[in-house]
Amino acid sequence: MATASSTLRRTALYDNHVAAGAKLVEFAGWEMPIQYGGVREEHMAVRENLGVFDVSHMGEIETAGPGAEALLQRLLSNDVAKLPIGGAQYSVLCREDGGVLDDLFTYRLQVDRYLTVTNAANHERDLAWFRTHAEAGDFGKVEVTDRIDDYAMLAVQGPRARELVQAISDAPLPARMTAATRRLAGAQVLVCGTGYTGEDGVEMLAAPRDAPILWDELLRRGAVPTGLAARDTLRLEACYHLYGNDLCTERGPIEAGLGWCCKEDAGFIGAEAVRAAREAASGGAGASGGAGGSSGSEGGVGEMDRRPEKLVAFTIEGPGIARQGNPVVGGGEVTSGTLSPSLGMGIGMAYVPAARAALGTRLQIDVRGKIRTAVVKEKPLYRKGT
Amino acid sequence: MAEANYPQDLLYHPEHDWARIEGETAALGITWYAQDALGEVVFFDPPAVGTTLVKDEPYAEVESVKAVSDVLAPLSGEIVEVNGDLAGDPGAINEDPYGEGWLVKIRIADPAEREALLDADAYAATLGG
Repeated sequence: MATASSTLRRTALYDNHVAAGAKLVEFAGWEMPIQYGGVREEHMAVRENLGVFDVSHMGEIETAGPGAEALLQRLLSNDVAKLPIGGAQYSVLCREDGGVLDDLFTYRLQVDRYLTVTNAANHERDLAWFRTHAEAGDFGKVEVTDRIDDYAMLAVQGPRARELVQAISDAPLPARMTAATRRLAGAQVLVCGTGYTGEDGVEMLAAPRDAPILWDELLRRGAVPTGLAARDTLRLEACYHLYGNDLCTERGPIEAGLGWCCKEDAGFIGAEAVRAAREAASGGAGASGGAGGSSGSEGGVGEMDRRPEKLVAFTIEGPGIARQGNPVVGGGEVTSGTLSPSLGMGIGMAYVPAARAALGTRLQIDVRGKIRTAVVKEKPLYRKGT
Repeated sequence: MAEANYPQDLLYHPEHDWARIEGETAALGITWYAQDALGEVVFFDPPAVGTTLVKDEPYAEVESVKAVSDVLAPLSGEIVEVNGDLAGDPGAINEDPYGEGWLVKIRIADPAEREALLDADAYAATLGG
């Protein structure tokens, strides 16, 4: 087995993963640790204590120059003008038709220097999109630089994460949704108060050569190495979107429940389509409509509902685990599904017709021929102390 | 069980399933290799007693946190018993794949089918180094 292809990219922490007993798998062109010991153990370590993830496969794009803010305002769905120096902001990257190209965190490092973190599978496409628009638009002088080779990225997450990272930092850690440069274990690191697990913690961007020192120091102090499998169960309990599952070019941010990070008045590419989707979503059930995507014959929905579909969170009643691609009877599909280690039941997210998106609605999910009943639940599915 | 292990008293299907033949019946399960590749098993939904199994065809699914895997029948037959304990403790498939982690017992339909199965050494050889 273990026939790692030489075409796969390895992070600066590859040797550390091997030493920690990782099971390595291909992920978006990278050879990444899926797990070390067991998924559930790693998951619970992050919920109860702390875990460290190597997420160096994620990409970075630097946008710098007097025109940087104007370019990002055009590309990113959020209001970039509101992003303070040292701040972090979540947004989506949309096409003209509102379809989502990626979801991104952007850090404003200096007055006119920004760093945007991309999903591994989308990095090249994002970079091309940034560059095309930088060249085509009239934003003033702006330079778009691929920084993927310049950064390793570690996430330390869990109730004890800050305390542990603070112990090796030369200055207080930045608060949630802010970023600052610190010296950690002697290395210069951009520390960001962000994460993807529903726990407190930080994400850290460091030079690849410094990453092994950081990793070893974190492990020595008790951080549990945590793989991508646990990252997925943690983020799904927290109802964070995963690009390629819950976000794609065929769907828009309003349907995905990401309207909060879309500021149409700021004039981003796709704003008009997003505005129309937002109006349609709040417009209520329309009077007439076509096929509407509902293929079921169960009726029950009195009048045709022209609102767009909606991404809902659900739990499965009884045994069974719904998975990505499982159809929802009567319209819709599961985009993420797993067994929740914290809750001990099947959980997931699904796009369903708006009429079936209300909390408490029962959904029938076709899990490879077996019908499982799911209930639409409030997001996030896991909350601290539940 | 942490180390690869393929007991000599079992017969193996190259798709990582085993059969323990006892007279006219056989217990079936998945091999150490299969459970290791799958990771922690979190769900096993057994087929009903009375279900007919066809050699080489899937008859059940085992699920880890991350993935679903078909289980193929190493022999044809009719299910006479399912391992009900796995509903509450699917992890037994990882911890004891040849003992507590058995999946179903069947009444063997065609004793000659066993000739197509592998012994432990031949199966282990298919896994390579």
